[in-house]
Parts: sequence; C-alpha cells; structure tokens
Amino acid sequence: MPSLKDLKNRIETVKSTRKITKAMQMVAAAKLRRAEEAAQEARPYAERMNAVLSNLAQGAANSPSAPKLLKGTGADETHLLIVATSERGLCGGFNSSIVKLARREAQRLLAAGKTVKILTVGKKGREQLRRDLGDHLVDHVDLSEVKKVGYNHAASIATDVLARFSADEFDVCKLYYGQFKSVISQVPTELQLIPTTFEETEEAVSVSYDYEPEEEAILADLLPRSVATQVFTALLENAASEQGARMSAMDNATRNAGEMIDKLTIQYNRSRQAAITNELIEIISGAEAL
Amino acid sequence: MHLDIVTPERQLMSAEVSMVQIPGMEGDMAVMGNHAPTITTLRPGVLTVTGSDGVEEFVVTGGFAEISAAGTSVLAEQAVPRGEAGTEMLEELLASAKEALASADDASKAAMGQRVNDISDLMGRMG
Repeated sequence: MPSLKDLKNRIETVKSTRKITKAMQMVAAAKLRRAEEAAQEARPYAERMNAVLSNLAQGAANSPSAPKLLKGTGADETHLLIVATSERGLCGGFNSSIVKLARREAQRLLAAGKTVKILTVGKKGREQLRRDLGDHLVDHVDLSEVKKVGYNHAASIATDVLARFSADEFDVCKLYYGQFKSVISQVPTELQLIPTTFEETEEAVSVSYDYEPEEEAILADLLPRSVATQVFTALLENAASEQGARMSAMDNATRNAGEMIDKLTIQYNRSRQAAITNELIEIISGAEAL
Repeated sequence: MHLDIVTPERQLMSAEVSMVQIPGMEGDMAVMGNHAPTITTLRPGVLTVTGSDGVEEFVVTGGFAEISAAGTSVLAEQAVPRGEAGTEMLEELLASAKEALASADDASKAAMGQRVNDISDLMGRMG
C-alpha cells in the first residue's frame, strides 16, 4: 500500500503528463490543418500531370523506342524501396505500419532471390529498418531541419533516384508512405514509381493533340517530372498522416491520463479515510480502556 | 477561355482570360479561345496573361502547357508573378543548369546548352 505522499506525487506527475499530451494534441491539430491544405493545393498539379501523362503513355507504351522509365529495364532483379516516414515519434503506429508493409515486401523479394536496396526518408523508419535490414540501406534523406516540405525536397529525392536508375543501380522502384484518409485512419501505401504506372483516368478520351516538340521528347521531359510529383504528393500525404496519427495518439494519451488521475484520486481518498478511521479507533479504544 | 496556372505547391491562377502568351520550348506561342489541342513543354521565360483586368506577367522556369477545348492549363515547375521574381532565384537556376551542362553526355548537351541560354536570356530581360 503506497503512502499518502507517494499517491499525491503520482497524481501530480500524471497531471503534468496530461498537460503535455494535451498541448501536443493541439499543436498536431494546428499542423494537421496546414498539412492538409498543402496536400489539397498540390492536388490540381498532380491530377493534371497524371491525366496528360497517361494520355501520352498509352500511345508510346507499345513503341519500341519508349523511354526506359516507362517500360522498365526489362529485368526484375534489383528493387529499390523508398520508405518515407516521419522525423519524430509519438505518433502512434504511423511509422511502424509503413515500415511493416515495406519490410514484408523486402522479405518477400529476398526470399525470391532478388536484390533489395532501401532508401529511407525520415529518421524513424531508418531506425526501425536498421535492426534487421541494415545491410540493405543504401541512403538516407534527412528532413529533420525542414519545417515545411517543399517541391524542391521532392525534386532532389527524385533526381537522386533517377541518377541511380540511369546508372543501372536498380530495375524497379517502389515508394512507401502513409496515405491520409482521416484523422483516425492513415493507410500505409505502396506506389510503384519506376517503371511508371498510371491511375486509370475515367476521362481517357484520346483527344488528338499537337505536340511541340514531338511526343517522345515531351514524354522524356515529363516522366522525370512525374516521378518528382509523385514523391512530392507522397511526402505531403505523409506529413498530413503523421500529424493526424499524432493527434489521435495524443488524444488517447490525454484520455488515459485523465482516467488514471481519477483512479489514483479515489485510491488517495480511500487511504486518507482509512487513516482517519484508524486514528479514531485508536483514540476511542484508548478512552474505553481507561 | 479558361486558364489555370498551377505549380506543384499551389494553384496560382484560375480565371477567364482572353489570351495567354506561352514561352514554348520551340518558340513563344499566343493562345486564344478555340486553339487547336496542343501540348508543349516550357522553356524558362515570361508568361503573359491578358485578361479583362489588364495584363499579368509570370516568370516560369519550366514545365508544360496543355491546351484543349476545355481551356488551357499551364503546369509550371516554378512560377512567380514578375514583380516578385528576384534575380536570386534565376541565378540559382542558372548555376544548376550550368552544372548540368558540364556533366551532360553528348545526347543531352544541346538541350542543356539551350536551357542555359534561355535562362541567361530571361535574366537579361528582367534586368
């Protein structure tokens, strides 16, 4: 049975923890709004890009001179997995779920005798993957100093990946990130970057465009851009998901702290009353004995 | 004619305009309503929009434009209103283009050189 003083200290500790988690939740909520706005503003560009590219790609996919980015190297031996996670923890299962998805894929590939290379974006994913797949980590992108993810960050990641691709370092590239559905739901997602895939657009009416310069030059110019755009979209989704996950994790923590305080307060009051009753009994029985 | 100017980070403009002048890779082109459907890549240059409330100019650094019956969309890598465009941004761009030119292989050398020229040209026009 803890003493009254111990209980009192416990209650104080939990109370200050609750203050911290409450503050973190509110900060996350504010950041989430901004992250969501950023993701929303980036959407028109990505959608247009996808629409134009899929239109172009449909025509070019079957031509023998199609760019390598579109049809792949023809091999399926070396896989580059880009795992995008957050720089900070305390956001529930957000990082773990992305890492879990990537790890399962890595193990599947390794079991099939393929070579796996992993590029991590964000510290948390790197820490988790280093334990069992440390030999496969090839590079790491540090965004811990970055307050707001900009297109230039995505572009530099894409440039790096494309340089590796043209140096024949891998055949297939996949990107892992958390897709933002809502505050309570972030879905770890796998997206194949290279060879490029397209979401089927419904308005796939093939308008015959004039191309300036010719079709293939445009395609060669656009494909690398589209990789950067997809990375950018993923980073923005990730940023929103991270804040969403943190918000609900901190909300839970705050609620748990509240419950704990209630429980401890009841315990405190019980033992205080027990101590008083004890004292009274002692006094009364002392008086009776006289 | 409807015009959208979007960058990866935000939508810069979405309005009805009468004409837009696009710095295409193979020369400037002016687009008005009912233009033939065209897709063109952009070179670094100035994009001029003529709308109901005067002329607006944007400095773009690259990207592409899609002209269709529904309207024109300009997808620019970077686009800023001319008044806000600093020389710093262009100098940075020029430096990276020169770097790319130095390390380019023969196949892409011409394109890279063209880009360096376009950027210095643009800088000259900006003063």
